[in-house]
Amino acid sequence: MIPAFDILILVFLVITAVIALKVRDLLSATMIFGIYSFLMCLLWAEMGAVDVAFTEAAVGAGVSAVFLIATIYNTRRRSSD
Amino acid sequence: MDFLRTSVIPHFNYWIYVILMMIGLWAMIGKNNLIKKLIGMSIFQTAIILFYVSIGVKTGADIPIPAHHAHHDEAAAGAGAREEEDKLDPDAFANPLPHVLMLTAIVVGVATLGVALAISQSIHKDFGTLEEDEILEKIKASTHDG
Amino acid sequence: MKKFALVAVIVTGSLLLYAVGDFPAFGDAKSPANAGVEGGFSVSRYYITETAADTAVPNIVTAVLADYRGYDTFFETTVIFIAGLAIFAILRVANPGAPDRRDRPSSDSGVEGDHNRVIIGMTCRLLIPVIQLFALYVVAHGHHSPGGGFQGGVMLGASFILIAIASDLDTALRRFSERRYLALGCVGILIYGGFGLLCQLLDRHFLDYGVLHKLMGVTPVMARSHSMLGVEIGVAFTVTSVMFAIYANLSTRGELRSGL
Repeated sequence: MIPAFDILILVFLVITAVIALKVRDLLSATMIFGIYSFLMCLLWAEMGAVDVAFTEAAVGAGVSAVFLIATIYNTRRRSSD
Repeated sequence: MDFLRTSVIPHFNYWIYVILMMIGLWAMIGKNNLIKKLIGMSIFQTAIILFYVSIGVKTGADIPIPAHHAHHDEAAAGAGAREEEDKLDPDAFANPLPHVLMLTAIVVGVATLGVALAISQSIHKDFGTLEEDEILEKIKASTHDG
Repeated sequence: MKKFALVAVIVTGSLLLYAVGDFPAFGDAKSPANAGVEGGFSVSRYYITETAADTAVPNIVTAVLADYRGYDTFFETTVIFIAGLAIFAILRVANPGAPDRRDRPSSDSGVEGDHNRVIIGMTCRLLIPVIQLFALYVVAHGHHSPGGGFQGGVMLGASFILIAIASDLDTALRRFSERRYLALGCVGILIYGGFGLLCQLLDRHFLDYGVLHKLMGVTPVMARSHSMLGVEIGVAFTVTSVMFAIYANLSTRGELRSGL
């Protein structure tokens, strides 16, 4: 049986994933994707995968958001869809 | 309601992994902006990692780092073989194998995301846009001219 | 395209959801993935019960990563390094006219005198040593607690990225120049490969660390533990340099001047 905490995070994951893809401002999309990564990291830490959660916190929420921002800075911030 | 209790709730992690993976796949195929496609790719990737980590979970199990007691010093002193009763109970710790596989996958994932972003910057330099339909139009126009 | 995507996704998704019904229940310790088939050998059970005796490393994940599955990690590190090189190939060749970074005198642009930068600059100046120290701790303590070469390397790379964001890329490149980070990336791979070759020179298999006890003067078990620390340091070098290389090239379109 999964605790209610897990279910809450899983539902939030789907919500943030959909919003990250729906927002037209790419900078906001990147930030929401960072939130998605942090939720994922929280979920994995709760499941006992501490090493994976640590990596995701450093990589998914930190560095990959920076890479996306660096690209958006050099290209365009608006997206057509 | 019965279906929910017997089929969805015990597999809720797996249901969410499928939903997230499909959101990512849909973004990769259907979105027009290349950066949005890459965010979709990352969502797809984390969904698969969620699946692997969910497989390795054991209810009530500890994290795969056993308490650090005398083992280290004894091994240093040369007591290589452990007594049988000192062996850890495998059911008391989460399965470490999926964690290892996914740990490297995350870091390789960010490196490949970097390559993908470099390619999209290079596309933006050549075509001045990151929208798929506009890029296709410009490619068509340039082949008609040439 | 959107309609096609939706149809493809719904068909694939419903097939996968149909398969989910046959999965073992969540958290089942006796599922095939966790316990192997009935009466058979299970590699993940072996890792949990034997790691302490084989390698004297408390963190099973690190032990599997750097020792039992050392090949896997070695080539993953190589993949990361190649990804770093691929970014050079994509962004540098695309603009051959870009001036060579090494020929240009480093400029102290007037932007740095901006008052808004004082707070950010001071905060980062205080923060960066702490981040780097913690990153080194994560690398060095990776076989006792969560962490290791990948996480520590990413954090060390992120600290250099923070320098570049807080002031500008020139400041970061003065501390960690292109020549230096490329060399560091190669050295990381060479350290990892060197441990493997050393084992081969001593008549054992590639990355079979136990034999290194002859060189280290400790028991074979402790030799495996120490070698794991060595390869983790190699991984950390490569990951650090590749993370910074990717940022430096992405933020400036490969021109390495005045990025983000």
